[in-house]
Amino acid sequence: MSLISLKGVSYRSGDEQILNGIDLDIEAQEWVTIAGPSGGGKSTLVRIIASLLSKTAGKLTFDGQPIESYDPIAYRRRVSYSVQQPTLFGQTVRDNLSFPYQIRQLPFDQQRAIDALEYVGLAASDLDKPVIDLSGGQRQRVALLRNVMIYPEVLILDEVTAGLDAENKSFVWQMIRHFNQEDKLTIIAITHDQSEIDDAQRLVMVENGRIVAGGAQ
Amino acid sequence: MNLAVNNQSLMLALGLVVIALIIGWKEKLGIDRDMIIGVVRAIVQLFIVGYLLKYVFKVDNVWLTSTLILIIIFNASYNAKQRSNGIPHALPISIGAILASTAVTLGVLMWSGAIKFIPSQMIPISGMIASNSMVAIGLCYRNLNSQFRLERQAVTEKLALGADLKDASRDIVRDSIKTGMQPTIDSAKTMGIVSLPGMMSGLIFAGVDPVHAIKYQIMVVFMLMSATSIGSVLACYLAYRGFYNKRKQLVIPSN
Repeated sequence: MSLISLKGVSYRSGDEQILNGIDLDIEAQEWVTIAGPSGGGKSTLVRIIASLLSKTAGKLTFDGQPIESYDPIAYRRRVSYSVQQPTLFGQTVRDNLSFPYQIRQLPFDQQRAIDALEYVGLAASDLDKPVIDLSGGQRQRVALLRNVMIYPEVLILDEVTAGLDAENKSFVWQMIRHFNQEDKLTIIAITHDQSEIDDAQRLVMVENGRIVAGGAQ
Repeated sequence: MNLAVNNQSLMLALGLVVIALIIGWKEKLGIDRDMIIGVVRAIVQLFIVGYLLKYVFKVDNVWLTSTLILIIIFNASYNAKQRSNGIPHALPISIGAILASTAVTLGVLMWSGAIKFIPSQMIPISGMIASNSMVAIGLCYRNLNSQFRLERQAVTEKLALGADLKDASRDIVRDSIKTGMQPTIDSAKTMGIVSLPGMMSGLIFAGVDPVHAIKYQIMVVFMLMSATSIGSVLACYLAYRGFYNKRKQLVIPSN
């Protein structure tokens, strides 16, 4: 049984048909790369999987159960979503890394936050660094850490390396590889980057609201 | 009583409106029609209210007074709802918020002995409370609408991290409550040094000792603080859920 399964999933907004009959199965701990032209429906597809949008037709199951049977908040804690050019909350890095604990009413694990910051090339003292002083690459690293401070099962990444320089891009990609291989997270990543497409373990091409390649394994 | 406004002096004061009309006409502001409608409406509405209040004060009936207060609250709620730009259930939310803010504030004022349940006190005070709550709630609605649009990505990211609706909206709700209360706070800060407020001016105009008049004004400051804070808090906390659907996804209401 696939961890995530879409059968004939469509999405319509007003008169516009954005997704049309998507069939896609994703296994636990798989790394799926989604590519295709802009405006083809990639972001809509992952937002539906992240429960930030509701499909207008078809069936989507997670762990064998229809998505509608899950409480959306509990579901999003298992299926986490991160975007290109993320918004950092509050004033400092701490405000962001403590957010996942705060919303679960758990005490903040400061040591884990420091270890995570050091792993991504930031210092323990950066925990109290104002977010406005972070570079683009640092912002993206902090945002990604925010998604995994408390591990989800699935991490959805919507063009998280877009706009980053080569060094930061490679670093962020290393982070994602670590999440997949060491932390055993299932990864669904949208990208336009050719090297990321070339390196894809499984590539799904989305065009004009349909999967044109890679949908069935 | 120092008041000496008779019909003749009112007619002469109408000349002031003519000045405004001439300015509007000369500057081609295109507001002549609105100004005339505004003046005519104000005259007609105030005359009706004047005669109605005269009757209500004379009858001094608890049910009639209560009905009039409820009408004031409904009108204020309806006007607040007009500023909601499509927020779902804005009318019942406004009614609840204005009713609660008026009831609590009037209750405390009556319990403290500052006012009595007589129409000449209850009706004007209710009007002041309800109109200030109405303005505060209207500002709250406007801020909620603009902030949810402006902060759409941040709210979506919070939801994506598994935040519940309250956590995802907290900053916007706080900012909106602050926006609703700000005019009352600003007006309290400048009271007496920028303007002599309505109630105090009215009392002084009617010949009451200014030192005595300020006590009433201080009471008004207290009651408006309470009314706008209760109204803003209730309206914001009841309205923010309207920006989400049943699947707890962000949906911006259409105007």
